[in-house]
Amino acid sequence: MRKLLFESLLRRPLTEAAPPAEDQALAELGDAFRRAARRRLGRSLAIRVVDAGSCNGCELEISALSNAFYDLERYGLHIVPSPRHADVLLVTGPVTKNMREALERAYNATPDPKWVVAVGDCAVDGGIFAGSYAIVGGVGAVVPVDLHLRGCPPPPAEILRGLLALMEAPRRA
Amino acid sequence: MSAIDDVLGNAAPLVAQTPWRRVAADAAAWDRAGRALAAGEASLLGLWGERGVVHLALLAAESGEIAVLSLDASAGGFPSLGRVHPPAIRLERAIKDLFGLEPQGAPDARPWLDHGRWGIAAPLGAATQAGPLAAYPFLPVEGESLHQIPVGPIHAGIIEPGHFRFTANGEAVVRLEERLGYVHKGIEGLMQGEGLERGAKLAGRVSGDSAVAYAIAFARAAEDALGVAAPPRAQWLRALMAELERLANHLGDIGAICNDAAFPLMHAHCGALRERVLRAANAAFGHRLMRDCVVPGGVALDLAAKGRVAIHAMMDIVRREFPGLVRLYDETASLQDRTVGAGIVDPALAAQFGVGGYVGRASGRGFDARCRPGYPPYDRLTFAVPRRSEGDVNARVWIRIGEVEQSLGLIAQLIDGLPEGPHAIELPRAHAAEGLALVEGFRGDILVWLRLDAAGRIARCHLRDPSWFQWPLLEAAIEGNIVADFPLCNKSFNCSYSGHDL
Repeated sequence: MRKLLFESLLRRPLTEAAPPAEDQALAELGDAFRRAARRRLGRSLAIRVVDAGSCNGCELEISALSNAFYDLERYGLHIVPSPRHADVLLVTGPVTKNMREALERAYNATPDPKWVVAVGDCAVDGGIFAGSYAIVGGVGAVVPVDLHLRGCPPPPAEILRGLLALMEAPRRA
Repeated sequence: MSAIDDVLGNAAPLVAQTPWRRVAADAAAWDRAGRALAAGEASLLGLWGERGVVHLALLAAESGEIAVLSLDASAGGFPSLGRVHPPAIRLERAIKDLFGLEPQGAPDARPWLDHGRWGIAAPLGAATQAGPLAAYPFLPVEGESLHQIPVGPIHAGIIEPGHFRFTANGEAVVRLEERLGYVHKGIEGLMQGEGLERGAKLAGRVSGDSAVAYAIAFARAAEDALGVAAPPRAQWLRALMAELERLANHLGDIGAICNDAAFPLMHAHCGALRERVLRAANAAFGHRLMRDCVVPGGVALDLAAKGRVAIHAMMDIVRREFPGLVRLYDETASLQDRTVGAGIVDPALAAQFGVGGYVGRASGRGFDARCRPGYPPYDRLTFAVPRRSEGDVNARVWIRIGEVEQSLGLIAQLIDGLPEGPHAIELPRAHAAEGLALVEGFRGDILVWLRLDAAGRIARCHLRDPSWFQWPLLEAAIEGNIVADFPLCNKSFNCSYSGHDL
């Protein structure tokens, strides 16, 4: 373990900062996001993820935000274990009828001010699952949604960009 | 005479294809099947409903033969197999919920997927108006100093929803009872009447981490039904995607298991390696999870030139860094203290449930659909299937470590030996037909059975996730462990909620 830790000290971090296109945008968005979030909520924003019937694809990409390449926490963004600690609910899935009440309860347990971000194509309107007897059909049908992030699933960088847009919008309004 | 021949008797097959046949069963054959399952002569591959019919897929223990028995249930019921073979219980409860067919004499009459919130009962059967919402009775627990801990459906991490009801004596878990079905999306219902293209898209969204494996299973079932095979290049590209998927998931799991044992260093390193695999997949096939890349008839797109370079670069890094992480796992006593001896699955139970994937292989059941019944191109590739018998969290970690190494070898062989030629074929004119496929996902064997109508639309498709036989064993594995070890045991299983709930 000592060897591994020592090597980590000597090596450049994996965390992506500057150069080309997408990576640069990611780093820039990170800076802008931090400024916006600080104004409203200090230096951090707490996010609670609620799977309301997703296939688990969106969860995989949201989890990937915490790896060394994206390093979500450097922007002051934290995934928290309880809606009572959260500022933002990231909701995935077409909202199955069996999850509807749980989603409503999580929303009601989240203190104001709060934002809801619906992640994934099926969270918009049920997507490919639309028309099934078992789904409500989109997060917006159950709780008010502030932002939809499309994609099946949206890659981690897109999810990060979406969180920024959410923070910028009320400032411009 | 194999165990399957004994069960089937003289019944003429309705469908005879390689490597399986389907037979109309009478009550006597159904009863013989139940006894063969109970005696361990065959394992349960699947049990599913259709309007007025129940189907049972068996895998003969010795010969590896596959047979599907279809029993008429137009009178509204069928003799329960769960009475004699517990692995069938939840599948029968699901049949009752979806088709309204009553498993007669079943040991557990409670609903499973139906939480009373769909507005209709038996949505794929008679689809009648549902009754009022009723409370779900958990199994009664009696004893001194017991307390209950309800967890979920929403869990503390970024994971799927499901409910766990723990009964504990102090810190020791006396019983865990799972309640699932929260993410039931009605995928099998959505498939009915659809074409193969939309069917393949839906299949690829049954379980997000197994998008490739499900798409291959669906495509193979469709090709089996239509009597065609994907061209060699497509089969090799499918296997390449499948091994990339296995590699990414196993790397993620190894890190996440260690994280649940309070050792985030492994998680950080494995997470970075996993990201590299996903990026290589994206460069090669245009999607990080390779979703919608496998289609009936072949693959949707050929390997991009930059993808070959990206995969080689990724492999170099994983090969360089992974051995050090394995050593770190092996030599960290505080980590071993948590994983060794935790959450043991008895090999007898693994055999009884016919459990696949790393859960089976860590408890002595070496079944791997890539070898048996086997499908191309794995017959042309060299790989080993790791197997252990301790059945604890540690064994499940080591199975994954072994499979990471094997998948690296397979990816190298697949890239080097990739045959030339087309990457897809035009599908023949559709006709009424049936197909079945068994495909090894990272989690275990996925069964897809498909029937097409005369116009080539999906008349019925059943997709059975490996988790159906893994979830019940998690209940057994946690017994006697402390509550705090549950996340660790659960992660070492990493069962799919979405694949199970469907």
